[in-house]
Amino acid sequence: MKKIIFKIFLFFICFTNAYSLIEVDITRGNLNPLPIAVSPLHVEPKSQNYNDVKVKEIGEEISKIIENNFRSTGLFNPLKKDAFVQKPDIAHLKPRFEDWRLIKAQALVTGKLLIKDEKLKVEFRLWDITASKEIIALAFTTTPNNWRRVAHIISDKIYERLTGEQGYFDTRIIYVSEAGPKNRRIKKLAIIDQDGANTKYLTLGNELVLTPRFNPTNQLVTYLSYFRNQPRVYLLDIETGIQEVVGNFPGMTFAPRFSPDGKKIIMSFAEDGNSDIYTMDLETRLVERITEHSSIDTSPSYSPNGKYIVFNSDRSGLQQIYVMKSDGTGVKRITFGSGLYGTPVWSPRGDLIAFTKVRNGKFYIGVMRADGTGERLLTENFYQEAPSWSPNGRLLIFYRETKSGEGGKGFSASLWSIDITGYNERKLTTETDASDPSWSSLLSK
Amino acid sequence: MTRSLIYSLFLHSLIVLLTILSLPFMTRHPIDLPPIVSVEFIQITDKTSIPYAPKARKIIEKVKEEEKRVVSEQAPPSAKAKEKPDRIPMPKEQKEKKELVKKKQNPKEIKPEVRQSSEFEKKEMLDTNEIAALIDKAKKQEAVTEKTSSKITQSSVKNSFSNKLTLSEEDALRAQIFGCWSIPLGLPYDENLLVRIKLELKQDGTILRSEILDHERMNKPGQKFYKVLAESALRAIRLCQPLRVPPTGYEKWRNIQLNFDPTEMLQG
Repeated sequence: MKKIIFKIFLFFICFTNAYSLIEVDITRGNLNPLPIAVSPLHVEPKSQNYNDVKVKEIGEEISKIIENNFRSTGLFNPLKKDAFVQKPDIAHLKPRFEDWRLIKAQALVTGKLLIKDEKLKVEFRLWDITASKEIIALAFTTTPNNWRRVAHIISDKIYERLTGEQGYFDTRIIYVSEAGPKNRRIKKLAIIDQDGANTKYLTLGNELVLTPRFNPTNQLVTYLSYFRNQPRVYLLDIETGIQEVVGNFPGMTFAPRFSPDGKKIIMSFAEDGNSDIYTMDLETRLVERITEHSSIDTSPSYSPNGKYIVFNSDRSGLQQIYVMKSDGTGVKRITFGSGLYGTPVWSPRGDLIAFTKVRNGKFYIGVMRADGTGERLLTENFYQEAPSWSPNGRLLIFYRETKSGEGGKGFSASLWSIDITGYNERKLTTETDASDPSWSSLLSK
Repeated sequence: MTRSLIYSLFLHSLIVLLTILSLPFMTRHPIDLPPIVSVEFIQITDKTSIPYAPKARKIIEKVKEEEKRVVSEQAPPSAKAKEKPDRIPMPKEQKEKKELVKKKQNPKEIKPEVRQSSEFEKKEMLDTNEIAALIDKAKKQEAVTEKTSSKITQSSVKNSFSNKLTLSEEDALRAQIFGCWSIPLGLPYDENLLVRIKLELKQDGTILRSEILDHERMNKPGQKFYKVLAESALRAIRLCQPLRVPPTGYEKWRNIQLNFDPTEMLQG
């Protein structure tokens, strides 16, 4: 009985206390980029070839790459190094938080590296300046040549820790490199790091190549190439350079793309002016027809769970976007706006579909929810298309053609990226003109 | 023949009766319900209303004045008071009256509410024949005013012990934290990501202790976004300290809970 009375008494105390607490709702904040200080990584003097300038500068270079990555997101504001008061090696041991607070840094990245026995060992720490504590500390060992990738991996880890979202820095972009006049264009497959470094050409340019697409699970690429004027779908392993022909298909073939598990390819074939959607199992090489309609159905893309397919079709008279189940049933039109819609791509997050829209002679890249609502046009231009998602679903990369040369008679194609909020539009530097980009998944998972 | 006549009469009278009974109901207009107006009650203390809302202050004063008028009108009919000028006042009563007038003329001793009542009285005092009656009335009014003022005091006492900050206090605190809180833009907009932080503050607004109320959620798998948001909220509080807290009523805001909800911002 006493216990019960005591419990009731306790409940009353708790209740009155909870009732008396003042609550203030904070529903707004600022959208300013987070000020972050990236201290140069300290190179240990006992490293091999320490006196070599290149070795000495690796720490500085890594920090620059990290800074560039952060700046490109629009979410971080890397602070100028001139204001740093602590030496990298000392800051890495234990930063003097007051000093970093003075320059308004809210986060600090420190690190050190050692090259020994032909191996590069990198260690980094992320510090929360306001809380005066370390929030992440990791170390990697790799070959010294991989130092750029190390910078990207560090960027990914920090990005993930501070935003909660998967990073996208340790990734690559495949695209069609273009050179020469418009009627004799040489098109080659090329690959670069997401920051525009390390350009490599994968084909020689003897044959026309189109629509390269990364496998979402590994470093395989599928693309379309014309061999003796016959379209062929190829599979290319980026790591080994080995490529194989998936098949010769009758008529025109368009835009092969992988399923989310990477086991199937979905594409469209055109026969007698009628184009429909097909899938092909990469193991059994069995082809399955998905749509059977007298209209032109093209540009299929799977939802991340593989249950739905988004595609464009002119079955309503104008080119619009449709969604259906992966077996081809339950076709539903999702776009009803004015203009033409094309190249739909489902976001890796599953919540959005990116598309190209043509209206009044202008091209737009936009996003909408998977049910077609909430359409947002992110960017407008004279000619642009083929959006491709970053692996975390935050950015879109696409290509844009602009007039160039004397009197604007020529044209130039380049790769651009934009945030799904519509901010942070950036041009990616490529050696040649570039079109049809596709973003890889993370190289290190 | 007679039979049919009886039937006819009976039926006709029935129709007439039914018409008499039903017609008034038929002509009755449906009740005209006024549209529903939602009213939000907010606490406006003297501090909030006087310096920051002069318009509201005027309205409140007007309402108070009207209330007083209503009360004075409702006071018992002053039949006896009217008789007063006819009779000779007793010296004791005169003294009392003088004292009352003196009291009214002394602004230091009169509360704002009393001063308002005196302004009101000025209009009434135009009738010089009823000075005594007015003095008497003033007596009653003063009593009424005291009652109302005591009512106000009660409410203000209630306010001072109230658990809420005033609007201006809350707004000041909110505005300060808005400036310090960098919302991580990578967060999903469609997830429940409310972070509740309980703070114990010092008198100068610096943080003595902070506690995330759902801290166990921070280390659960799949709650990365919650952790990121909670950390950003903690950063904001630390960056902002000392918090802009009211200069008085420390006990009231010593423990305070901040609810960080980025949904509105993330949805754009």
